[in-house]
Amino acid sequence: MTPDLFFQYLFAGVTYGAIYAIVAIGFNIIYNTTGIINFAQGEFVMLGGMIAISLHQVMPLPLAITLAVALTMVIGAAIEIIFIRWLQSPSVLRLIIITIGVSILLREAALHIWGESIRSLPYFYGNEISSISLGSVHLSPQVLWVIAACGIMVAGLSLFFKYTPTGREMRACSANRTAAILCGISTRNMVTLSFMLSAGIGAVAGCVMSPITYTQYDSGTGLAIKGFTVAILGGLGNSMAAVAAGILLGIIEAFSVSVVPLAFQDAIAITILLAILFVKPHGLFGSSVAARLKDF
Amino acid sequence: MRLHKGKKIGALLLACLLGAGLATAQAGVIKVGAIFAVTGGASFLGGPEARTAEMVVEKVNAAGGINGDTIELIVKDSAGSSEKAISFAKQLIEEEQVLAIIGPSTSGESMKIKQIAEQGKTVLLSCGAAEVIVDPVGPYVFKTPQKDSFAARKIFQDMKRRGISRIAVVAGNTGFGKAGKGQLLKIAPQFGIEVVAAETYDKKSTDLSALVAKLKADSGIEAVVNWSIVPAQAIIAKNIRQAGWQVPLYQSHGFGNIKYVEAAGAAAEGIIFPAGRLLVADSLPDSDPQKELLLEYRDAYQAKFKEAASTFGGHGYDAITILLRAIELAGNDRDKVRDAIEQLKGFPGTGGVFTFSAEDHNGLDIDSFVMLTVKDGTFVLYNGQ
Repeated sequence: MTPDLFFQYLFAGVTYGAIYAIVAIGFNIIYNTTGIINFAQGEFVMLGGMIAISLHQVMPLPLAITLAVALTMVIGAAIEIIFIRWLQSPSVLRLIIITIGVSILLREAALHIWGESIRSLPYFYGNEISSISLGSVHLSPQVLWVIAACGIMVAGLSLFFKYTPTGREMRACSANRTAAILCGISTRNMVTLSFMLSAGIGAVAGCVMSPITYTQYDSGTGLAIKGFTVAILGGLGNSMAAVAAGILLGIIEAFSVSVVPLAFQDAIAITILLAILFVKPHGLFGSSVAARLKDF
Repeated sequence: MRLHKGKKIGALLLACLLGAGLATAQAGVIKVGAIFAVTGGASFLGGPEARTAEMVVEKVNAAGGINGDTIELIVKDSAGSSEKAISFAKQLIEEEQVLAIIGPSTSGESMKIKQIAEQGKTVLLSCGAAEVIVDPVGPYVFKTPQKDSFAARKIFQDMKRRGISRIAVVAGNTGFGKAGKGQLLKIAPQFGIEVVAAETYDKKSTDLSALVAKLKADSGIEAVVNWSIVPAQAIIAKNIRQAGWQVPLYQSHGFGNIKYVEAAGAAAEGIIFPAGRLLVADSLPDSDPQKELLLEYRDAYQAKFKEAASTFGGHGYDAITILLRAIELAGNDRDKVRDAIEQLKGFPGTGGVFTFSAEDHNGLDIDSFVMLTVKDGTFVLYNGQ
């Protein structure tokens, strides 16, 4: 393999990986405060993209994206308040089924509002054929936007969870819910907040990737599967590990093209998921001791 | 008890009267069934097809019907599902006793109901693209879209003219993509063209840049042929141009909708693909037998539905107009209508000029395709470089 081809695969892999990582971070935030997997995470990504595309017809791009992220956060909060907040000590299984139902609901609603057609935001910089050359490697400028968005969100979240009072309260909920309640933290509000936060992150992902991948009413499903794989691969609940795992999976997928036919690309992701579940069920970077203390 | 019996007899009498009334009302009505994927994943085909058929029937009825009979079009939405298509086909043939069925929209559904139409001795005018629908020929089954193999041949003819001999073929993992890839691989040797790479990707793929990097690394590849539907056919175009690769890109006849050009934006420029003449009706010479009809259909469709006419709606137009022509010639009789379609010669439609025979239930030849390219965001006739 020539060095050019190597770097071309590498960058393709990092692009996929950054997208998977952002989705996985959304899974992790909700997992940390509620202990459940929110299977509607992919739909947040779709909603962010779709709302931004609709708004962009009447307003400039930065404003459309900001509003779309805000609206998706409101939708995320509304979902939590309507479907989850009022439940009295629900089981994990029940919550998961609810999120699956919500994902179907959002998908069908999107089908009725936006129809079947594929849409996309314009490229933030340049157009469909512009590329940046790094040596002999060619990249779409949008790829840099995706990587930057991923980096900024991870850094922002780390700071948020470490230094702000709200962030610490959310971490307290995840560490020990009973103790958090005893300390006067409103765990219910923290759960709502976690849904808002992960909806917002999903929406940002939906906007930055829309020019590359297009947005369609059902584009969330595939992303949710990849994001879930990455979240498990890194160890549920660990956002930094999700980034590492996401980029790892993206790179493996990109390089797999050089040895096996492209049609096997998705099979590789699923094979890795299965292997991880058998060999290291708590993820590459997870701790087995911590995993034993969790319900799920 | 007596009263009860009286009531029963009264109800029976009433039923008879009503039945008789219905029977007289139905004299002069010819029932035609239609099965289209109006919703679901194939709605980009079925939607325009159903709207077109309804528009044509409405116009014919408004003008007094055919030989004085009005046409009743019964449209069923299969949502692209073979199971639904099967039950609708049975319902239309056995309960509604329609004269003929137009549709379904996809090849998969058409193959599933081919036998049902044959057993019910009901004419089926499919809008599915695959060649197997009419090969082998079933006496009652016809189809209006051009054959896959003609699209492949048309592409290879152009490559041969340009001296291209080593190509890459990429296709989506749908029925359409697989059938097209099969045809390309089968026909390429006849034109002395070598397929050096053939890849299949998932129809939901969101980025194909790794694949493009792999193909680009083989400097022997002189052209790329992509056979898929949206969104992959726009993504492959973008990824190739973003990689700075100026290779000629050919697409299938599935590219014939201006929305796909909009989706690919600047990357669509220069894409070459075979299509029916509908998309370039304006630039045809006046002597073209299809020109007048194409312009009329396109303008009527766009005025009524406020959306761009596509070749897919054209397949529905061809199916219903061929059927109506046959009814005009043969009347309300399944077998006579079948014979009339088989004997149609030189009948202009949107897909080409149809000449059916006992062996050819598609009725189109390779010249029903023209090569188009994208220039400044619109379709234009491709005249070579």
